[in-house]
Amino acid sequence: MTLFGYRIPMMASLLVWALVWEIVGRLDVIFLIPPMTAIIAAGIDLVQTASWQNATLVTIRSFIIGMALAIGVGVPLGVMMGRVKIIDNIFGLWVNIFVSAPLSALVPVLMILFGMGEATIVVTVFLFAVWIIVLDARAGVMQVPTSLIEMARSYGASQPTIMRKIILVSALPEILAGVRIGVIRGVKGVVIGQILVAIIGYGELFELYSRSFDMERFWALTMVLFAAAMVLSAIVENAEKRIEYYAGAR
Amino acid sequence: MNAAALANPALAKDEFDPASIVTNDPVVRVEAISKHYGATEALRSIDLQFERGKLTTLLGPSGCGKTTLLKIIAGLVPATSGRIVVNGRAVTGPGPERAFVFQDFALMPWATVMRNVAFGLELKGRGATERNRIARHYIEEVGLQGFEDKYPHELSGGMRQRVGIARAFSVNADVLLLDEPFSAVDEQNRRKFQEDLLRLVEMERKSFIFVTHSIEEAVYVSDRIVLLSPRPGRVSNVIEPRIDRTANPDDIRRDPGYLDVVEEIWQGLRHYAE
Repeated sequence: MTLFGYRIPMMASLLVWALVWEIVGRLDVIFLIPPMTAIIAAGIDLVQTASWQNATLVTIRSFIIGMALAIGVGVPLGVMMGRVKIIDNIFGLWVNIFVSAPLSALVPVLMILFGMGEATIVVTVFLFAVWIIVLDARAGVMQVPTSLIEMARSYGASQPTIMRKIILVSALPEILAGVRIGVIRGVKGVVIGQILVAIIGYGELFELYSRSFDMERFWALTMVLFAAAMVLSAIVENAEKRIEYYAGAR
Repeated sequence: MNAAALANPALAKDEFDPASIVTNDPVVRVEAISKHYGATEALRSIDLQFERGKLTTLLGPSGCGKTTLLKIIAGLVPATSGRIVVNGRAVTGPGPERAFVFQDFALMPWATVMRNVAFGLELKGRGATERNRIARHYIEEVGLQGFEDKYPHELSGGMRQRVGIARAFSVNADVLLLDEPFSAVDEQNRRKFQEDLLRLVEMERKSFIFVTHSIEEAVYVSDRIVLLSPRPGRVSNVIEPRIDRTANPDDIRRDPGYLDVVEEIWQGLRHYAE
């Protein structure tokens, strides 16, 4: 974007809003909005506390395990659904229900099943992320040109070789797009799960800060989470771009 | 070569007679092949023999099952009944003695020209050095030297099909099966392609089975043309346009004999045209 002939860097709008926030905060309009500088100071303070570091560790651990499960189950299931009609018929309806279902409503049930601990968070992350990964992997596999598969067959490729050298590579852009959206949903899952369980990780901290009206820390924690989600998404997006040279040219 | 020498007597063609499609050393024999798609009968009892070292064209209007027949020969599509014999052995699936060239090129968009051409050899488990050497040879043969490291989307349609042809050549199959290879190529390149194909046929001494819906293309490149009629697909005629291919390509295209064969095939097919 340019303004009066000057190129405005991308983060500029962020700075403008931070400034507005700061002004509103200093005016002391509402206790919910403390000044931005105070939030940043609280944030710097926060990341040095043992409770934040422990919470982060727990959060990252449940997120990684949940995502690993979601990718490990979602990609193979999606690929199978794209290739085998019967499997598609068995799972298709369920995947489509769950991909748009308000899964937060299920977390209390998960708490009963898996207890008030990390297991529930892991399952929440998994359930938030897995469906879109399944759907995108399925879509990727279904758009593999028939002639490419015939080509590999005509040159003597076995079924596993066709899967490895043609189908998976050809579906990679869609699979990665699914993983990226899955990662974003997984971040939501880990936070919502922890808040509902309320005694572990960031959920515990959120609970603590909002109950004690510690708005500086509350916002600092929120912003750390937002930034983390964006960074994660950017990492996967970067991986997507690397293979874009052929994804765009099919 | 002047046009008079190419006049009709030199351009004899056989009337359809089942005996005329029997040869001594057929590279591919099609025996009573039928194909049904559900209730639809695509091919009815096709018997054909394809001569070694010749280029045979399957020609016919759309819906005559020519591509289906080619894919059955390739082993990519199972026949409902009948059998395919290649080099004297009945086959049921794809095999190393046959290589297929696809209408839509079927190139891997994520692989370079080099890897695409060498892919058949890669699947056969040849080492990288050997397959790249062979691939490089055929990349030059089809006129793509300098493009080894390009990706398919960086090439024109014509160049992409050259990659497909180089890939088929590099596995050193006895029979090359070409499914309307030039239909996605523009007219100028198409003519150049046909001339290049004749040169490759001459050089490589392989057998070619070629599917097209273009009468001119069929007459120009073929040693023998099998005319198929539609619904269900059957062999309706076999024509041998005995054209002297040592002539200049432009002279051949102007030759009255060549034009007569084109006209005759057209007369035979015109009632299938909408």
